[in-house]
Amino acid sequence: MTTWHDYLKEEGQPPSWPYPVRYGEEQEIEVDILVVGGGIAGCWAAISAARHGLKVALVEKGDTIRSGAGGPGCDHWCCVPANPHSRVNPDDWALHMADRPYPNGIGIQIQCREDYDTLLEMERMGGKIRDTDDDYLGAEGRYDDTKLMISPRYGTIHSYLPDPDMGKPGFNPPEERNNVVIRVWGSTFKPALKRECKRLGVQIFDRVMGTSLLTEKGVQGGRVIGATGLNNRTGEFMIFKSKATILSTAGGGSLWMMNSELCGMSSMMSRTSSGDGHIMAWKAGAELVNMEATGIIGIATGMKHKWYSGGGDASYENVPLVDANGKRLPLPIQGWEDAGAMVPTPETQAKIREGILKGEYELPFYGNFPAMSDVERRATWNLMLGEESTTKIIIDTFNQAGYDGSRDLLQSYKFLEGESMPQWRQPGMGGLLVDWNLKSSLDGLYVAGMTMFSSEDHSYCAATGRYAGRKAAAYAGEINHGKVSRDQIEKEKARIYAPVKRNHGIEWKELHAGIARAMQYYASEFRTERLFKMGLGALEKIEKESVPMLYALDPHKLMRTLEDIHMLEHAKIILQASLARKASSMPLGFQRIDYPEMDPPEWSKFSTIKLENNESKIGHKPQEFWGNMKEEYEKNNSDYEGVYKGE
Amino acid sequence: MSQKELMAIPNVTTPNQPVLFDPEICNGCNHCVEVCQIDVYIPNPEKGKPPIILHPDECWYCGCCVNDCPRPGAIKFNWPLQSRGYWKNKETGEIGQV
Repeated sequence: MTTWHDYLKEEGQPPSWPYPVRYGEEQEIEVDILVVGGGIAGCWAAISAARHGLKVALVEKGDTIRSGAGGPGCDHWCCVPANPHSRVNPDDWALHMADRPYPNGIGIQIQCREDYDTLLEMERMGGKIRDTDDDYLGAEGRYDDTKLMISPRYGTIHSYLPDPDMGKPGFNPPEERNNVVIRVWGSTFKPALKRECKRLGVQIFDRVMGTSLLTEKGVQGGRVIGATGLNNRTGEFMIFKSKATILSTAGGGSLWMMNSELCGMSSMMSRTSSGDGHIMAWKAGAELVNMEATGIIGIATGMKHKWYSGGGDASYENVPLVDANGKRLPLPIQGWEDAGAMVPTPETQAKIREGILKGEYELPFYGNFPAMSDVERRATWNLMLGEESTTKIIIDTFNQAGYDGSRDLLQSYKFLEGESMPQWRQPGMGGLLVDWNLKSSLDGLYVAGMTMFSSEDHSYCAATGRYAGRKAAAYAGEINHGKVSRDQIEKEKARIYAPVKRNHGIEWKELHAGIARAMQYYASEFRTERLFKMGLGALEKIEKESVPMLYALDPHKLMRTLEDIHMLEHAKIILQASLARKASSMPLGFQRIDYPEMDPPEWSKFSTIKLENNESKIGHKPQEFWGNMKEEYEKNNSDYEGVYKGE
Repeated sequence: MSQKELMAIPNVTTPNQPVLFDPEICNGCNHCVEVCQIDVYIPNPEKGKPPIILHPDECWYCGCCVNDCPRPGAIKFNWPLQSRGYWKNKETGEIGQV
C-alpha cells in the first residue's frame, strides 16, 4: 500500500493531512540577510553572506538538501577560465562569452573571474571536483597532476555550434584547447551546500514559499525590507524582516505547458520553479529585462528517459551517432573531435532529414557506445551522464535493466519523435535588471542565478550567488531595518488565504491549463499585435473571472494555486513586453508577422518593464549597458580576496 | 466483491506510481519524503510503513528519493510506459528496454 488510492481502498477513507494546519498564524523572523530560493544560487548567497558574520535566513519551497534544478546533480562546471589548465585569459574569455546579442555581461564577467574560486570552495565543503579515486586514468582531458577533468565543451570557440574548421587535419589538438570547462561530480554538491549553511548558522526555512516582498512603508518602488512567505505543509504565514534580500527563485518553466501531469517531465526544472521571485519583485516595482524573449522547449520534452532531444540525445557527450545500419551520422557529439559542439548547424540538420527521407540514413539512430574506448565510455556514462542533474536515476535504471554500453547501442530519439511542438515554449532570458553589485533597481533587493536576466548555467548560479551574498552583506552592514507596513501584511494575507476560504470552484490545474492555452494561442509561433492583445485580454479575463473562484483544499494545493497566480502575472508581463517590441528578433526567439524585419538596428536594445503606481512602464537599455566588463568588475571589487580563507 | 463494496473513485492520476516501495526493506524513515523537492509523498499514518504517494502527477523524475534512500532496494524507480528507453545489442540486433 503506497498509493493514495490503495490507502483509500484498504482503509475506507483517505489519509488525514499529516501536518498541523496553521492558516493565518504568523511567525516573525528578523535577520540581516534574507535569501528567497534555496537552489544553487540561494545556497551560495546564504553561505557567502553568513561568512561576514551576519544573521542569514534561507527560504526554500522544497528541502534545501536536494532542491532546485541543480539539486540532483551537475556534470559541467562551465566557464572556469581561471583554472590552472586554461589557455585563455578570464577577461578575454568573458568578452567572448558576452559577444552575442542580449547577454548578461555583468554575470558573465563575475562567472569568468570567480568561478574557479567558487569551485575550490565547493571542494572544501565536500563537493567532488577531481578524479581522486583514479577512476578515469587515461581519459582525454584528465590532468594527472591536478586530477581535474577538462570537458570538450568550448574547446576552440564559445559556441554550441560546430567550429567552421571542424574536420580539417589537425583540428582541436590537445595542446591548443581552451580548457575552460571542467567535468564535476555535481551530485555531491547540494547536500554539501546545505551542510555548510547549517554549519555557518544560516536559519533554513524549508517548505516555505516566498509570496511577496515587503517595502518601506508598503510603497511600490520603495526599499525592500523583507518578505512574506507561506509554509506549504502547514499554511503558516511567515514574515521575514531583513536589511537586504536576495532573490534566487529561478524562472517560470511551465508557462506554455498545458498538461500539469507533464510539467515535471518537460523542462530542466521541476514544477516548483515557478518564477515566484520575478513576480514578487515586479509587484514591488523592480525593473525586468528581456521579458518578451522565449525559446522552444528542446530538451527532454515529455520524455525524461533520455537526456536531450537537441544535439545528440541519449548518446550525447562524446558518443558517435550511427543510424540503424551502423552508418555514422554527421551530428555533432559534444566530443573532442568536434571541440564540444552541441547542436548541428541548420544545414546539417536539413541534410540528415533529407537523408532519412531518401533512405540514406535509416531510423532509429543510436549512440555507438561499444565503439568507444573503455575509459571514454565510462567517463561519459558514469560521470557525464550520471552526474547531470536528474540523470543519475536514468543510468541506474538502465544498468539494472541489463544495458551494457560495451555491447549495446543506446537508442536516440532524434528525428524519431519529431521536433518539439512550436507552441511548447518557455520564458527565455527574462529576469531582473541588475547592476555591478547584482542589486536590482530597488534598494535592498539583490539577485542571484536564474532570477536575473540572461542567466546561464549551474556554475553561473553558484558564482553569482556567492557574489550577491557578499554585496548584500556589505549593504546590510551599513543600514538599519526598515519599518514594515502592517497594512501591506494584511493585504497579502487576504490575498494568499482567499483560496482556502472556498471549497469549490476552480482548482490550480485548470487555471494552469487556461494560462498555458492562452500563451500557446497568442504568444507562440505566430505573433502579431492583434494576437498579443487577444492574449492579454484572455489572461485578464482569467484573472477577473477565474482567479476569484480558485480553491485549495490543503497547504500544498494552496502553494500550487499561488504559483499559478504568479505564472498568470508572468504571462501578462510577457505579453506587455511583447507588445512593446515592435520588431522581430532571432536571438530573443521573437518573430513578428507584422514586423518581419529581423533584428533591425534601431531595435538593437534591451527592453525593460516595471510597475509604477501599478501601471506598466516600458523602458530601454543599450546593448552592453554595463560598460567595460573588466574595468567595471575591478572598480567594484577592489576588495575581493579570492578563495575564502576563513573557517 | 459485491457491488455495494465498490467505491466510486475518479480516474487515477497518470502516472500513478513513479516509484515502487518494497515494504520488506523500507522501514518508513521518511527520508524520501524530506528529499523530494515537490512533496510527492506524505508520511504514512502508520509509523514504520512506506510513505504514501500523494502527488505522483507532480513528479519530475529527479530520482533523489531513490538515490538518497538509506536502505537500498526499498524504493525502485518505475518509469511510466511512455518513458522507458530502448537499446540494441550491436552484435545480435536484439532490442532491450528499461
